Amino acid sequence: MSAQKPDYMRELLVDSGGGALIALLMGVMMLGMQVDVTSGLGAELILRFRWDYLAYAVGAVFFGRLAMNLLVWRKLKVLDGVSLPKPKVKGEALERNLKPVFLVVAVLLPFALMFWLGARGSRQYIDLAILVTTYVMLGWGLNIVVGLAGLLDLGYVAFYAVGAYSYALLAHYFGFSFWICLPLAGILAAFWGIILGFPVLRLRGDYLAIVTLAFGEIIRVVLLNWYEFTGGPDGISGIPRPSFFGLEFTRGEDGFAAFFGLDYSSIHRIIFLYYLILILALTTNFVTMRLRRLPIGRAWEALREDEIACRSLGINTTNTKLTAFALGAMFGGFAGSFFATRQGFISPESFTFMESAVILAIVVLGGLGSQIGVVIAAVVMIGGFELFRELEEYRMLVFGLLMVVIMVWKPRGLISSRAPSIALSGRAQGISADMVQEGHG
Amino acid sequence: MSHWDNNPVLKVEHLTMRFGGLTAVGDLSFNVGRGDITALIGPNGAGKTTVFNCITGFYKPTEGRLVMHRSGGEKHLLERLPDFKISANAKVARTFQNIRLFGGMTILENLMVAQHNPLMVASNWTIGGVLGLGGFKRKEAEAVERAKYWLELTGLIDRADKAAADLSYGDQRRLEIARAMCTGPELLCLDEPAAGLNPKESLELNTLLSTIRREHDTSILLIEHDMSVVMEISDHVVVLDYGVKISDGTPDFVKNDPHVIAAYLGVDDDEVDDVEEEVGL
Amino acid sequence: MEYFLQQLINGVTLGSIYGLIAIGYTMVYGIIGMINFAHGDIFMIGSFTALILIVLLGVTAAMPVAMLVMALVLVLVLAMAFTAVWGWAVERVAYRPLRGSFRLAPLITAIGASIALQNFVQISQGARNKPLQPLISGNFKLTDGGPDGSALIVQLSYVQITIIVVTLLLMAGFTLLINRTSLGRAQRACEQDRKMAALLGVNVDRTISLTFVMGAALAAVAGVMFLLYYGVIDFYIGFLAGVKAFTAAVLGGIGSLPGAMLGGLLIGLIETFWSGYFSVEYKDVAAFSILAIVLIFMPEGLLGKPEVEKV
Repeated sequence: MSAQKPDYMRELLVDSGGGALIALLMGVMMLGMQVDVTSGLGAELILRFRWDYLAYAVGAVFFGRLAMNLLVWRKLKVLDGVSLPKPKVKGEALERNLKPVFLVVAVLLPFALMFWLGARGSRQYIDLAILVTTYVMLGWGLNIVVGLAGLLDLGYVAFYAVGAYSYALLAHYFGFSFWICLPLAGILAAFWGIILGFPVLRLRGDYLAIVTLAFGEIIRVVLLNWYEFTGGPDGISGIPRPSFFGLEFTRGEDGFAAFFGLDYSSIHRIIFLYYLILILALTTNFVTMRLRRLPIGRAWEALREDEIACRSLGINTTNTKLTAFALGAMFGGFAGSFFATRQGFISPESFTFMESAVILAIVVLGGLGSQIGVVIAAVVMIGGFELFRELEEYRMLVFGLLMVVIMVWKPRGLISSRAPSIALSGRAQGISADMVQEGHG
Repeated sequence: MSHWDNNPVLKVEHLTMRFGGLTAVGDLSFNVGRGDITALIGPNGAGKTTVFNCITGFYKPTEGRLVMHRSGGEKHLLERLPDFKISANAKVARTFQNIRLFGGMTILENLMVAQHNPLMVASNWTIGGVLGLGGFKRKEAEAVERAKYWLELTGLIDRADKAAADLSYGDQRRLEIARAMCTGPELLCLDEPAAGLNPKESLELNTLLSTIRREHDTSILLIEHDMSVVMEISDHVVVLDYGVKISDGTPDFVKNDPHVIAAYLGVDDDEVDDVEEEVGL
Repeated sequence: MEYFLQQLINGVTLGSIYGLIAIGYTMVYGIIGMINFAHGDIFMIGSFTALILIVLLGVTAAMPVAMLVMALVLVLVLAMAFTAVWGWAVERVAYRPLRGSFRLAPLITAIGASIALQNFVQISQGARNKPLQPLISGNFKLTDGGPDGSALIVQLSYVQITIIVVTLLLMAGFTLLINRTSLGRAQRACEQDRKMAALLGVNVDRTISLTFVMGAALAAVAGVMFLLYYGVIDFYIGFLAGVKAFTAAVLGGIGSLPGAMLGGLLIGLIETFWSGYFSVEYKDVAAFSILAIVLIFMPEGLLGKPEVEKV
């Protein structure tokens, strides 16, 4: 034992030193030196040396690796090659208990915030809650496509954009109200989902991913350049706000506040918007959960498991994929028109590939196919992201690193069990995600 | 004239399948009799699975016709149907050589997926189902009953809510047959159902197949290597070698056919005469 | 005609850069079957490394030609080396722990790594554009503008020659490397069956790491060429170039080296000609639409091996 100790220490130091050396090689150019442009005429390039930063980074890697080796990885090393006993599926019980808690919190949130922070103080938090809930809804919509049907869609934001622009343009050109446009936007997005989906759903795996990515970019570029119709990069502003059954959120006589005998406050609209997106999101969830128990939902999941077997059982796989694609697109469209009405202004900048990536990340980090996982992931990623607004560009760096760390830590996502859609016995167990396929399309 | 020629459920006529320059199946014709268990046998690489893939629509044959005679009298030309319609309309179901179950779904769910088409109709293509209309609930309960029937028959009823990937190999094979049967087929195509089974499981399989034939309006076409299975349960055996039919008849006839013996023992064609002499023909 | 020729030259140059990046995508996809979304950002890091080296070594157009060539070769080699470390590190940190895990996990870490790299460079190098004075100037005039001097003068600049020649040399070198060396053999073995390759004594982890290193080195070359050609870079160049290059890899048939080069050339040509004859704004739409159309009719790409569906 004591004889092995120096060896072990040496191994540790070599390992950590190796990490530090790599960090040094990576950082010597990109961190230790900064190339900058002189202001003034002639725009010369100059170098600034920042060896202190480099030293911190290298030190952090050395000691970080040392600490990880001593505290975390060491335990695993003993068992190297021995498969660890599989942890019991806990996700399901967790899911059962979390659902009502989340629901109650979500419903009471605005009032609790108002109670604690007052109208002025709670505004920013309700705004944040609206944002998070929008992402939850988008995540749930995409979950149908990626989580259930196993079709990798990297251009989901396209349908979000179609929904947003449908509402904005219909309101702009025809003066339609939000409540007429909402279903129209969903239908249009679903329609686009079918148009785009029809030719490409024969493709498998990553080909589908890249083509959906391409479609997402095409739609964005068209929105950006069709100046006469969409306003191009200037976007569309002055999008009408939604009304509460015909009551506008205005200060006037016939406004919402006056009708209910309240003092006018701009927070009413914010709270209304919050409940609007909450209802939209819960509808998405309700429909999805319902569909999972119907033949179509089971066909989606079967498709994810084995497409060839599906065809041998007489399932029309093209139609099945299309419905998943169209339905996911429809919910994206609903979310999009909500986004438009909430912002009052939209431009192509809101619909970049990065949005698709973030939504997909929420779905995968939450655990494919898990509805509650999407909520947790959205709260952590979006909520956390927005809370650290002061950190500016650092938070995006942390966001990216967090995506890597969470995935390495839990490759199957935070909630990784699948609840059966039908069961003979009363309380069937969840299925460990290790057995669930991820789809090839 | 034999039963399979008088009352065929499937007629394979001049089936040819070429992959590039390779002819996997050449001008193959045979009939599958209604209510029979028909075995398609032959050495490795004889083109048996290719024939299956043509029948079930995963390959489009280069030449030839595949006529499915439904019990109601309608005929379906399988080579013209897309693969999912072969199961949905022509009522031909199949299993796979390397089992293809929905591993992440429960055993019951596997059987529910197999009843997708009638359930889709019952749910008014999902609309009625989402709204919770009554007709669907009843049909779904019927589907569960049907699934339960097959689970009892295959002895899987106690594990109905377990993931299919959790089952042992033999159980997976039986579940795949049960799943195919849940589509209500008139012709069931089994690709090496006994492969990898131990003698006990093999015996259970025989019983299952006999029950299917006895109690259901389903004819069976199977590919098999295990001669004990073939000879014991089949009514009709077709032997393939290098994509060509070399023998066709009752198990007894085929067992004594010198061409078959030659093919299985790996004798050259010109030595067939010698072998014939040896077996006393 | 002159206009066409000029567009052709520009298209081939752009296509060479795409092709160099596309090789990285295609090699990684071939060996571990994942889209390395961070590859575009590795290209960006290569470009930045080269810029820093150029400023550090004081390379300017005023140097004697022989000195300039030597300095640029040095910059190229060093940029390849430093960028390769980045490529290696990304694989080690974000992908290796997920080897054998399910398919979407490395895709998400790749996107995460891409976001992290972009923002790291934005923080460490600043968000401003970095313009570089042209280092290689001058050109050949291929036509003289006609008898009355009214026709367009077709020019082939020395930078373009450099880019095309370097690309051709590297392509030839890498093709030899893949086809003739034991490393290439190990790579192809891992592509076919990673488990079997490991059983036969191939060091799979090292082979995969080397693939990333090679891909990153080529991306660095593309980064240097991009810097020389356009003369201005920022932290965001990786995204679009990456998506285009991946499109090129898929178009050519993912997993195939000549396919990546062909796809790169095609995407470069489509973009240039579309901008030249139709509209600059919709050049990306043209490139992506061609991709979609090709994939719909030839799902395995132009030079890819058809995926056989085993039943």
